[in-house]
Amino acid sequence: MSTYLDISQISIEFPTKTGPFKALDKVDLKIDRGEFISLIGHSGCGKSTVLNIVAGLYEATEGAVILESKEVNAPGPDRAVVFQHHSLFPWLTVFENVEIAVKQVFKGKKSKAEIRQWVDYNLALVHMSHASHKLPAEISGGMKQRVGIARALAMEPKVLLMDEPFGALDALTRAHLQDALMEIQAELNNTVILITHDVDEAVLLSDRIVMMTNGPAAKVGEILNIDLPRPRDRLALADNPAYNHYRAAVLTFLHQKQAKTETPPPQIQSAEIPIAEVKKAVGA
Amino acid sequence: MFKQNTLHYLSVAGFAWLVPLIKLATLENPREQVQEIVRLIGLPLVAILIFLAIWSTAASRINTSLGTFPGPGAVVSATQGLFQEHLIEREKAAAFYERQEKRNEVKLAKNPNAEIKIRDYTGKPTYFDQIITSLITVFTGFLIASLIAVPIGITCGLSPLLNTAITPIIQILKPVSPLAWLPLVTMVVSAVYVSDDPMLSKSFINSAITVTLCCMWPTLINTAVGVANIDKDLINVGRVIQLGWFTRVTKIAIPAALPMIFTGLRISLGIGWMVLIAAEMLAQNPGLGKFVWDEFQNGSSESLARIMVAVITIGFVGFILDSFMHTLHKIIAHDEA
Repeated sequence: MSTYLDISQISIEFPTKTGPFKALDKVDLKIDRGEFISLIGHSGCGKSTVLNIVAGLYEATEGAVILESKEVNAPGPDRAVVFQHHSLFPWLTVFENVEIAVKQVFKGKKSKAEIRQWVDYNLALVHMSHASHKLPAEISGGMKQRVGIARALAMEPKVLLMDEPFGALDALTRAHLQDALMEIQAELNNTVILITHDVDEAVLLSDRIVMMTNGPAAKVGEILNIDLPRPRDRLALADNPAYNHYRAAVLTFLHQKQAKTETPPPQIQSAEIPIAEVKKAVGA
Repeated sequence: MFKQNTLHYLSVAGFAWLVPLIKLATLENPREQVQEIVRLIGLPLVAILIFLAIWSTAASRINTSLGTFPGPGAVVSATQGLFQEHLIEREKAAAFYERQEKRNEVKLAKNPNAEIKIRDYTGKPTYFDQIITSLITVFTGFLIASLIAVPIGITCGLSPLLNTAITPIIQILKPVSPLAWLPLVTMVVSAVYVSDDPMLSKSFINSAITVTLCCMWPTLINTAVGVANIDKDLINVGRVIQLGWFTRVTKIAIPAALPMIFTGLRISLGIGWMVLIAAEMLAQNPGLGKFVWDEFQNGSSESLARIMVAVITIGFVGFILDSFMHTLHKIIAHDEA
């Protein structure tokens, strides 16, 4: 049996004024169905780029992403994305934000009443039913992110892609949402790729942690299997030697093996600009 | 609850200064309300009084060939004069229609098959008629400008190539004065708009088109910028859920750019109103511009005061139009403008 999701030797280059900039170099990763994977690495290492390639928002220069034996080359709801900054449409209510996705994805497959039910079900899943008529500006950052997750879940994706979904939240809200995500994961058992730079988050949530080397030309550095029984409880784990061992392993990788130099090489900074330019040029 | 709603609507409609008055009337925190009233109403009132004092002293020292420059007092009496003329003209019109009706009744009584004629009253337009004409003209020009500018702006915003292509044209046409356009517009309208029984007068069309030519640019540029700078994540959401091109434009691009579009429309309407007065002066469209021009040509001792009334009216109407657009913006667009 072939792998469920195969990220196969992908490289990507962005054109810059000083020549092509290689952000990723032969990143290779095989993911099983129902697996929860975290991608961790220093900022600017290209972890979001990996996610964007899997989402189909960027196209890899070399290599391919294969999902259930089919190559991925365009964005689609089977790879729903939860963006870092929630990305809810500010002029739509919470309900409508989820509904717009459900209507599009299940066009002709669900009746009006079924669409309404399905939106309600997914909002209930993230405990946001009470605010379904509110506008995004009227709810907190954590609530917005819950709605973003509901929208992604409502598409019934084969792979759920999460790009630092809790990065912009305060620590307490983040913990709440991590627990909520574990609850949902226990129920739905999705295949998830989570981008994060938070070591605790990675160890708590993941089945495997994929650690990426520093860019440019970032690749997969080490992969760590997290063999902790589920359901996991953050309080119980705080004293768990295995948990602390995993944490230490990730920290060692990040701060010793891939320690960031004080002044980052100039190419990394320039990497931010060309990506934006490329997106503008292609009208994305 | 009812009070809360009323207060909210007042702020949205640009009457935030009324809020403390209502709160005071309902005895909500009287001390605080009085302070607010002093701040929101008292301060501007003091400034206006100082302005009137300066105006009045300065005016009395300026002597023109048409007498001294009108001060606030002269303007008030000129306003009353204009209002009186308006009432007299309305009475005349009513009397005319009454006479006409009686004449026709008599005719019909003599001969039930008689052909009766109903004519419109053709007296001269009063000052208030002229304000209405100006408003109709500016809104016609503004509407045409918006109908052209918004779609082109959206297309430019969506296509960086098109935007690069037509930006120089926009930049060159944008600063052209209405006075330069008007002769061209007049000649073209005379040549193209030929009809025995024209529904709209040529002077009206000339003024409206001149307004269109001058006021479409801010809307066009703002729309293009608004659409081009939509949060990329929102566009990506549209791509992930595989919205079609058209839906992406109508459901994402346009709503996201609405705040910018409205800012552009607001600037456009302001420019349109400014340009209209000049256009009416030259095109002789029966509006405020023509009123100012006629008074200037008239050269009576009253003229300057009456022109000053027009100046103040133009300012007030411009202010009201701006508040109107601002309110519309707050109601329709999703940002906190």
